[in-house]
Parts: sequence; structure tokens; C-alpha cells
Amino acid sequence: MNYYMEFVYVISSILFIMGLKGLSHPESARRGMHYAEIGMLLAVIGTLVSGKIITWEWIIAGIIIGSAIGSAMAIFMPMTAMPQRIALSHAFGALAAVLVGINEYIEKGHLGELSSGLMGALGFEVLFGALTVTGSLMAFGKLNEMIKGAPITYKGQNIVNISLFLITVGMFVYLVFFPYEPVVFYSMIALSFVIGIFIVLPIGGADMPVVISLMNSYAGLAIAATGFAIDNKVLIIAGSLDGSSGFILSIIMSKAMNRSFANVLFGAVGTPQVDHTNLAEARPITRFGIEDTKFVLEQAERVVIVPGYGMAVAQAQHTVRELSDELEKRGIKVEFAIHPVAGRMPGHMNVLLAEANVSYDQLLEMEAINPTMDTVDVCIVIGANDVVNPAARTEKSSPIYGMPIINVDKAKTVIVMKRSMATGFAGIENPLFYEPNTKMLFGDAKKVLQELVTEFKKV
Amino acid sequence: MQIELVYILILAGFVGFEIIKKVTPTLHTPLMSATNAISGISLVGSLVAAGVAGGGVNSDISHILGFVAVTAATINVVGGFMITERMLKMFKKKEKKS
Repeated sequence: MNYYMEFVYVISSILFIMGLKGLSHPESARRGMHYAEIGMLLAVIGTLVSGKIITWEWIIAGIIIGSAIGSAMAIFMPMTAMPQRIALSHAFGALAAVLVGINEYIEKGHLGELSSGLMGALGFEVLFGALTVTGSLMAFGKLNEMIKGAPITYKGQNIVNISLFLITVGMFVYLVFFPYEPVVFYSMIALSFVIGIFIVLPIGGADMPVVISLMNSYAGLAIAATGFAIDNKVLIIAGSLDGSSGFILSIIMSKAMNRSFANVLFGAVGTPQVDHTNLAEARPITRFGIEDTKFVLEQAERVVIVPGYGMAVAQAQHTVRELSDELEKRGIKVEFAIHPVAGRMPGHMNVLLAEANVSYDQLLEMEAINPTMDTVDVCIVIGANDVVNPAARTEKSSPIYGMPIINVDKAKTVIVMKRSMATGFAGIENPLFYEPNTKMLFGDAKKVLQELVTEFKKV
Repeated sequence: MQIELVYILILAGFVGFEIIKKVTPTLHTPLMSATNAISGISLVGSLVAAGVAGGGVNSDISHILGFVAVTAATINVVGGFMITERMLKMFKKKEKKS
């Protein structure tokens, strides 16, 4: 590695860090991304002209094909498919790491330069890489509904997974001491691929935000390990940034679901214990029609909309924005309260609403909205259930007790848009629906909202 | 493997932690696609694998592994940055007519 390359990589690293720093605010985010893009361009061009490259045809072919696929995906992928795309790209990133790792193993093995240190780095690289490839593909399949989204479980699942994991770690340790054992090396990679499938199998759709974040983190770690293996510092820095980003997101997501990491990975299996004892079927609910809803909304000064995965499924984000416009025309203040795990990936609701032209300063986090919830006149819950379930605050016996929720029940009136009285993902009865200030507006979210907007436009 | 690489890993990890903590939750999805694009830096490693004619015997395997790696990493770099830009363009502040 010569000084010229080191210099280019230092500049790239600085630009990457500045790029991510820009994401602290929507105003500075785009400029930040330009820094990161320049950093990437410098690193790639720098490597190409470093004199290390001897044959070009494979590189050119790879870059052309990769650019074509990458840009096609970026241009044509609808925003609602963003969780799938993110999952898929983790698989690509990790695949690159695995292949570079295998190549390095072959090359260095051939030259007789496989030290224990190098083997350690290579081992981490292919282990994290391989399980991220299949794990992300599984997440992709589940999100794309190619695989059943519900948890797939069987007896002794955790024991199988833990044994597989221990065997793989055993192989890794063996390789560090005896690197020249290709059979062990490739078996270890194969097993890691299997582990990736097995760990995502029992994880349900609503836990996907954690899985995606975790895969993000693993992909980053695989890249950082690649940096160790090929002695490249910019890979270590970029991998660490990626790894810590995924790690922080996983923590945020787990916290927002009131669960530990381990619980998501190993305990997701637990069939939710639905407590039917205090499920008073006869308790009255208040139904609302379109006109009632319009009447209540017109009287309001401050309205908060709480979107959930149901809004994404119904593709109702544009209609939600139309409703918000109609309300604002009447001088009503409209805000959106976003729960961290609403949707299928971190920030899912924000992207959908931004796509529908909702101003970003109207998108408020749970912590920002909760303290002022009692001054809200009308709260509209669209396709969200567990994240607004007050049982998380009050019922110690509830499986979601302690989970942070948006306190919609504190608003003067709550309008819940729902298809039916069915329970949410967690299978837990929601006492919110029976509160005297809660009005149920049944039907498909998009259809109901459309009718509501039409009603408003009549005047 | 040199110990300085461990220093870099640890320091970069801390920097990452501090920066990512400050990322607004509104932009968590663009953050994921951005870190994804940046992690496409493995392209640099893939380029060397694809472009260096190995130790001689295994150069065909190197080229093919390198080629697939370059393709996968390029998908992330190009696709990742493009889609991040596309998303960030949507986050606008509406002019309030007061």
C-alpha cells in the first residue's frame, strides 16, 4: 500500500463520516450524501489507477452490469417496497464480502501466507457475510410475501440453532490454528448460510424492523473484517460506520418493542398468550360513520394522525395527505405521530408520508407528541393497533406491558380506522376500542379516507 | 495483521456510534440505504480480486469470484446512493401560507 492510496482512502473516510453526519437533519441530508458519493468515487477511481489492476475485462463487465441492475432497482422500485429493497441490498453487500473472503483464502493459501491472524479476519468475514446473505434473502422473501410472513417454528428449534452455531464457531476456532483445511473452511461457509436461513425462519413480520437492522449491522461487520483481511483501512472505517448504524437501529427497534435482542432472535417463537379472561365481548363500542367523523374533525383545533402498517398495506398515504390538506384549509393544525416500529423497517412511515408530500416538520416522534397528547382534540389511528394499546401502560399481565406507546387514549376524541375488531400482530385485545372517547370507523382505510375527503370537498 | 487496524476499528466504531445517534428518526430509512451504499466500499476489495491475475493457478476462479463481487458491490453503491437521493428529495418542508 503506497502513500498515494492511503491519502485517497483517508479523504474518502472523512467524506463518508461527513455524509452520515448530514443525516441529522433533512435540510443537510442531501448535501451529506453528495459528500459520501464523492468519497466513494475517489476510493474507486483511486483503486483503479493504483497500478494494482492488471486485467480489466471482468471489472468493466461487473461495473456495467452492477450499475444497470442497481439503477434500475433505484428508479423503478416503489417506495412501498423499500423494506424489501433494503433487505436485498444487505444480501448483495454481504455476498461481495464472502466472495472477496473466499478469493483471499485461495490466493493466500496458494502463496502459503495464511497466518492465524489473517484466518481470524477471513473467518469473521465469511461467517457474518454468509449468514447475512441468506438471512437477508429470507427477510426479503417474507417481506415480499414469497414466504409465509408468520413465524415458522418447530420443537427444539432453539437447540438446533444453538448447536449449529456452536459447530460453526468450533470450525472457526479450528481454522485459526490450522488454516490449511479447505474442507473445514467451505463447510463453515455452508453452515453459516444455513444458520442465516434458520435464524430468520421463526421471526414474524412485525419483528422485521429488528431483523433488517441486525442484518445491516452484520453486513457492516463483514465489510470491516474484509478490511482486516486485505489490510484496507477505508473498508474498516466504512464497515464500522455501517455496523454501528445497524446496531443502534436494532437497539432502538428492540426498545420500542419492549424486548431484548435475544428475545427477538430466540424468543420470537413464543406463541402470544392471549388473555381472554377480561375480554368482555359484550362491552359496547361506539361506531362512527363518515358524517360523524367529519363533524368531530371540523370542531377540532388540533388533530394528530397515527399511521401504522395498515396504512402502508392499504396504500392510503396519499389519501391521508389529502385529508390533512382539507383540515389545514379549515385552520386546523395537523400533525403525524410516528411510533419507531410502525411498519416493517425503521422510518417506514416517514418515507411513505414524505412520498405523499407531507412536510417533514409535521412528522413527530412518539416522545415529542406524548407529553402534549391531552391537548389534542382528535386523534385518528389508521391501521395501527399494538403501538396505541393502553394495556402496555396499565395491565401488568399484558404481554406488551411496558412497551412505549403513543398515548392516543389521552386525546379528547380518538377515531380508530380499522377493517374489523381483529387483534393486531401480537394477538392482544386492545382496551382502547372500548373507551368512551373512542369511536370506531370500520372499513378499508383508503376507501374510508377517500369518502371522508369527498365529504370535506363538498362544502 | 497489525494492531493499528484494531485502533482504527475501535475509533471508527465510536465515531459511528456518536454520529448515528444524532440521526433524526425521520430519516432512519435513508440512513439504512446510505450506510448500505457506503458499505459498497467492498467494491474496492472486489476490484483488486477481479483485476489481479492471482498467484497463477487460480486466476480464473479469482476473476469469476471478483466479477460477481464487483457486480454485487456496484449494485449497492449505485443503487444505494440513487435511492437515498430519491428518498431525500421527497423530504420537503411545505411553505406555510399564513
